[in-house]
Amino acid sequence: MTLVIFALVLWAVGFGLNVMLANGPARDTGAVRLAVPLIFGLTILGMWELIVRGMQVSTVILPPPSLIAASFAENLGLLWGDFVQTILKGALSGYIIGCGAAFLTALLVDRSDYLRRGLLPLGNFMAALPIVGTAPILVMWFGFGWQSKAAVVVLMVYFPMLVNTVAGLSETTSMQRDLMRTYAATWGQTLWTLRLPAALPFVFNGLKICSTLALIGAIVAEFFGSPTLGLGFRISTSIGQLDLGMVWSAILVSALSGTLFYGLVALAERRMTFWHASHRGGR
Amino acid sequence: MAEASDPKAGTSAGGWPRWLRLPPVLGMVLALLAIWYVAVVPMNVKEVLTAAERAGVEVSPPSAVDRRDMGNWALVFRNTHALGQSWSSDRPKLPAPHQVLVELYDSTIDEELNGRRGIMRSGTLSNRSLIYHALVTLNATFLGFLIGALLGVGLAVGIVHSRVMDMSVMPWAIVSQTIPIVALAPMIIVVLYSIGVQGLIPKAVISAYLSFFPVVVGMVKGLRSPDAMQMDLMRTYNAPTSSVLTKLRLPSSIPYLFASLKIAIAASLVGAIVGELPVQKGGLGARMLAGSYYGQTSQIWAALLVAAALAALLVWAIGAIERRTLRRMGMMP
Amino acid sequence: MLSDEEIMNWPEAGTATAAPVIRADHLDLTFQTNDGPVHALKDVSLDIAKGSFVSFIGPSGCGKTTFLRCIAALEHPTGGSLTVNAMTPDEARRARAYGYVFQAAGLYPWRTIGRNVALPLEIMGYSRAEQAERVARVLELVELSGFEKKFPWQLSGGMQQRASIARALAFDADILLMDEPFGALDEIVRDRLNEELLKLWDKTEKTIGFVTHSIPEAVYLSTHIVVMSPRPGRITDVIESPLPKERPLDIRDTPEFIEIAHRVREGLRAGYEE
Repeated sequence: MTLVIFALVLWAVGFGLNVMLANGPARDTGAVRLAVPLIFGLTILGMWELIVRGMQVSTVILPPPSLIAASFAENLGLLWGDFVQTILKGALSGYIIGCGAAFLTALLVDRSDYLRRGLLPLGNFMAALPIVGTAPILVMWFGFGWQSKAAVVVLMVYFPMLVNTVAGLSETTSMQRDLMRTYAATWGQTLWTLRLPAALPFVFNGLKICSTLALIGAIVAEFFGSPTLGLGFRISTSIGQLDLGMVWSAILVSALSGTLFYGLVALAERRMTFWHASHRGGR
Repeated sequence: MAEASDPKAGTSAGGWPRWLRLPPVLGMVLALLAIWYVAVVPMNVKEVLTAAERAGVEVSPPSAVDRRDMGNWALVFRNTHALGQSWSSDRPKLPAPHQVLVELYDSTIDEELNGRRGIMRSGTLSNRSLIYHALVTLNATFLGFLIGALLGVGLAVGIVHSRVMDMSVMPWAIVSQTIPIVALAPMIIVVLYSIGVQGLIPKAVISAYLSFFPVVVGMVKGLRSPDAMQMDLMRTYNAPTSSVLTKLRLPSSIPYLFASLKIAIAASLVGAIVGELPVQKGGLGARMLAGSYYGQTSQIWAALLVAAALAALLVWAIGAIERRTLRRMGMMP
Repeated sequence: MLSDEEIMNWPEAGTATAAPVIRADHLDLTFQTNDGPVHALKDVSLDIAKGSFVSFIGPSGCGKTTFLRCIAALEHPTGGSLTVNAMTPDEARRARAYGYVFQAAGLYPWRTIGRNVALPLEIMGYSRAEQAERVARVLELVELSGFEKKFPWQLSGGMQQRASIARALAFDADILLMDEPFGALDEIVRDRLNEELLKLWDKTEKTIGFVTHSIPEAVYLSTHIVVMSPRPGRITDVIESPLPKERPLDIRDTPEFIEIAHRVREGLRAGYEE
């Protein structure tokens, strides 16, 4: 019981500290902006640990963070293999193929008004569908290896990317297009100097959405069949063995890779669309 | 996904009158169907040729082992005379569209009307019909969506009004959008199962979790959408926080709310389906997994089709409510 | 753009200098809209001689911008004839015969000022060295030297508009078409840019078509003022300015200036009362 009381004290301290920081004089500095969410996160972790231990919650239901950390450290090699299998082989290759194909389709669609008017509503519709459901079919077609995961990812990222790129390519103003006309610029020149740069913010929005979708696709597809490694495989088999420390470690790996993946795309976005109103933050 | 909840981000072919918008879309759908029918031939060629051989038709090459190592298209061109069964084989790798439709009919209308366990004979929906499974999934989707959306709106209101909450929770809410949360699904199911909770609730928890974050992020954006001048006007009235919320922030957030609700309900459906994978107790997800175990591709496709129809219906329904609401509020012509 | 021989072959040309650079003959342009046809231009005839500075003034809807866009082949007339450098407008466009300055600067935010000015040069296939040389020259002309590395959004509105003029000058077309280029700027900046534009015109001897709805601006800048009126869009008066080529800003207080401004205002009012 004392541990639970400790947890409540910890909460009060963490929260009090945050209230102080968030309303204090240094509240707009970068350090505080970073510290407040970190303190919040650590407080939650601490409370989790204390309450799980204090109430003696079965580790099957919720293992304490220390146990997860220990299991994570113990199985680094295994988890690395899972990471390579699921993230690098399955998700990343599918992401590159799917986004690349969608981008090329968008360029193609863009040349014909008929195609654009036909594909855009259809793409919007498809983007809202539970495409993850095609996983069993694709696993059946492409086997248990990473290829079937990549195929699921391709299908999942294709339509959101297509819709975003097509929308981005029509993002120019009539004045900008007139300007290119006065230069008698060719379609290719207009595309390269005007429409692609103007589409970049949309393209990156698509890439960011797809980065999360790619991981979801790769992991869920493993639930339908996989070789004896991969994050989805690890999660489903460890659940079977009630090894919850391992399950949480695998989830931690997927969470970290998701954030890393997204972060890399966001970083590239920042470098390439620094000129866009949303990044330059006032003159 | 944060940007996707911006109502101004989704520019569709809005300017065209409805009757002009339809033909290109129909054209695309027909083109896709045509590709599908063509693709059926090479996808199923090996099984079809084996069946044809058994029926006494001469195929080339005659040995099944040789055929196994050949490309599908090569087999198609060498055996153009023996492909009649491509669109009607029993256990196709890729069923033709009409086969899926037949399966869909058999497992919905036919099952309920004529099946032994159908609603006509037993008075309850047959557990072998897709209607029953769709309703199972839909229940979890709705419950999860409601919980997730309500909690999301509540947290967003808190975040907008409390600096501490904004600074401590918001970064985590954004980071959580980058995490493949669906990976948690089987664990949640199994953990809740182990403490005796099963059926609707675990799936709804996953759905709620998935629909929660888009709503939070979208609503925070929406509640902050009033510009400085509108906020200053409220200040000149010395309006209390509650009035600013009900008279300015909430009304301005409605377009953002609906944009994120559309994302949330689609995510909620995916959550429910994935949640049905680990425990085979009904639902579209269970049907898909069963289909994949028994090689019943038509069954997977039919379940997929129903799931797609549900998703479309749900998003459309939110869109319809959105249009009515915005029209009533005068935000849309 | 045009060789001597071609000019000599022009059927109506007397001497090479008298040949109009732009010639519109009974030009008509009708837009089909949901509310029936709109006559944006009706029976517009006008010759613009080489080296002149022609302003188009009139109330909105009088077709002044439309006429400029017809010259630039951004709109297509439905009747009559229009030649630019003895070519159809579309041929002239493809021969890169003119530079166009829009109402807003329209600089690409992802390119620096220098790269924005180099944009037409890149498209027209100039060499790297020549691009750099020309960018430096035109930026100096509009007094933006030293801002090559800045991005458009780091500059004031007036500076952005100057950069867009530099962009139109970069490839040495001998016609400059300007569609209310200073409309969005405040009066003080506008005065300065007007003065600079006149100097520039003097230095480069270009033919300039300039759309505005400010009477002082039109009178101050132009050798010819074309007064237009709406419904249907047409020319009601063409005023040749007796003002000297050298024009300090305070010329606007002289009786001659006020006299011309008065005539323009009368022309505009007449167009309204019809």
